Amino acid sequence: MSAKKTERLLNLVICLLATRRFLTVQQIRSAVPGYDQDTEDAFRRMFERDKDELRELGIPLETGTNSAAHDDEPGYRIARRDYELPDISLEADEAAAVGLAARLWQSAPLAGATGSALMKLRAAGVDAPVAPALLEPRVAAGEPAFPACWDAVRDGRPVRFEYRPAGRPAPEVRTVEPWGVVSWRGRWYLVGFDTDRQAQRVFRLSRVVGDVQPAGEPGSVRPHGEVDLRAAVARMAADEPRAVARVRLRTGAGWELRQQATSTRPDGDGWDVVEIGFSDPDRLADRVAGYGSDVVVLSPPEARAAVVRRLQALVAT
Amino acid sequence: MSGTSAQLSRLLTLLPWLLARPGTRIADVAAEFGVTEARLRRELDLLWVCGLPGHGPGDLIDFSFEGDTVTVIETAGVERPLRLTVDEALALVVALRALAETPGLRDRDAVDRALAKVERAAGEAAAPAGRVEVALEGEERVLPVVQAALDAGRQLHLSYYVPARDETTDRDVDPMRVLVVEGRTYLEAWCRRTEGVRLFRLDRVEDVRLLDTPAQPPPEAQPRDVSQSLFVPSPDATLVTLALRPAAAWVAEYHPCESVQESSDGGLTVRLRVADLAWARRLVLRLGPHVQVLGPPELASEVRAEAALALSAYGPESRSE
Repeated sequence: MSAKKTERLLNLVICLLATRRFLTVQQIRSAVPGYDQDTEDAFRRMFERDKDELRELGIPLETGTNSAAHDDEPGYRIARRDYELPDISLEADEAAAVGLAARLWQSAPLAGATGSALMKLRAAGVDAPVAPALLEPRVAAGEPAFPACWDAVRDGRPVRFEYRPAGRPAPEVRTVEPWGVVSWRGRWYLVGFDTDRQAQRVFRLSRVVGDVQPAGEPGSVRPHGEVDLRAAVARMAADEPRAVARVRLRTGAGWELRQQATSTRPDGDGWDVVEIGFSDPDRLADRVAGYGSDVVVLSPPEARAAVVRRLQALVAT
Repeated sequence: MSGTSAQLSRLLTLLPWLLARPGTRIADVAAEFGVTEARLRRELDLLWVCGLPGHGPGDLIDFSFEGDTVTVIETAGVERPLRLTVDEALALVVALRALAETPGLRDRDAVDRALAKVERAAGEAAAPAGRVEVALEGEERVLPVVQAALDAGRQLHLSYYVPARDETTDRDVDPMRVLVVEGRTYLEAWCRRTEGVRLFRLDRVEDVRLLDTPAQPPPEAQPRDVSQSLFVPSPDATLVTLALRPAAAWVAEYHPCESVQESSDGGLTVRLRVADLAWARRLVLRLGPHVQVLGPPELASEVRAEAALALSAYGPESRSE
């Protein structure tokens, strides 16, 4: 990081904010310290990079001419009304709500974004005390595919990625016009239009394999009408169980399995039999194996086989 | 964002922040912006040589220092913070909308008013906010009783499921606060049975009853810092070492580890402290072929013994491959 560069960029922002007239490149060169010692070429390259850097920070750099005469050289300025955060004043309880919202994200990029948003509000005179609230929601976004999907949704840009659906061993390539991302029961989903299948699809981000690549220009996602993103995810989550397993549980054991059971009946001798929905035998084995000898899967055979494989591997270690 | 961008962004926020708070202690400013005091002083020096073209008297940014405080005298026109970027507006507006819809949040009215004001200030930057939704789980069964206890300052009686032992236990607690983390709602309370601060997942509460006894958490009952991880293991707990294959690497994210080392096959070797070896046994049984126990040896033998016992219930098919 160079203090000289920061100084130059800051002087550039101050200069362009102060001017009402568009300033030509040469006027900027003579007004802003740091542009005065280079050759014309070096200066132009430096100025191009500086412009990109300001735009990346969201500084609205405006280009235009001061008169309608077409020999007038185009110049630059920053319109104060586009640059400045509009007036905002918050009551104490509103400020506390903003503070609570700023603490919601447990993912580094999002927590960073709310953090800098909060600093801007504070710089506008808002005081947001860090008062612990009764209810403190937290949302993580640890899925590696999340940042790229967030960017794609924000920019309205199609994406391509490898996806491994539940119960299938090999990933497949999917191309999607993303409509939105939804956090549902602690997991993130991408909802969009699958352009290969020509249909609406919901993808669980934890099943995306590898990188999410752009597959089109920003702004090229077509509008979807009035699709309820959250309802689409809820439907997919509810659809997931595709089969029912009958599971024998020792009385009082397997609490979490009992919570998910669709039916429970006593089976005598200190055992119960419950029915549990599942989609993938190996995932059912994940849920069952932790309870060891307190749980026996009775049916279907593929679920029994998955549990037996799991236990055999454990005995052999 | 590059180091220069981050610094420029901070300086453009710092000026109006100082303008709104004349005579703030420099140490407090540094803490607010998350930099050291030495660094903040260097940045103030940098601001001092910047200003309007011409750089004559009155054009440059200027401060007055009194004791250990600082006040802005000249701003060179940087008097308001920059508008929110799309990422900032999106992260904040989506978070406020999620809060507004959280069941059980009592200051909903304040959240709604704050949301309206932030959306107005963010303008177009908040436009994509409709494309991100966060559904925080409602908890309608236990939460009302818990909130009644917090409001009235009274103890609760809980029948609570303990997954490590796969059993339900009864206890009286002094409620402290309610948290929602990763879509799950927790009660943080002083537990009279274990004499410690405990987190109770509300979906594992089988039964809850409001007691007449006033809640009086002792002074040592401090809320824990949840910015990193909810579960801080005690240092005297058993140290367990596991080799995780890639499919089980999520364990390192879900449980706080003392150390995490990448291995050559893309897996991880993790060391974690567990209060109850039964919990570790269930974790290993659950992970099956994706984990190998490196220590302690009794954990490995317990896992083998339990798996063999479980396998015996499957009869002949368990012996054929």
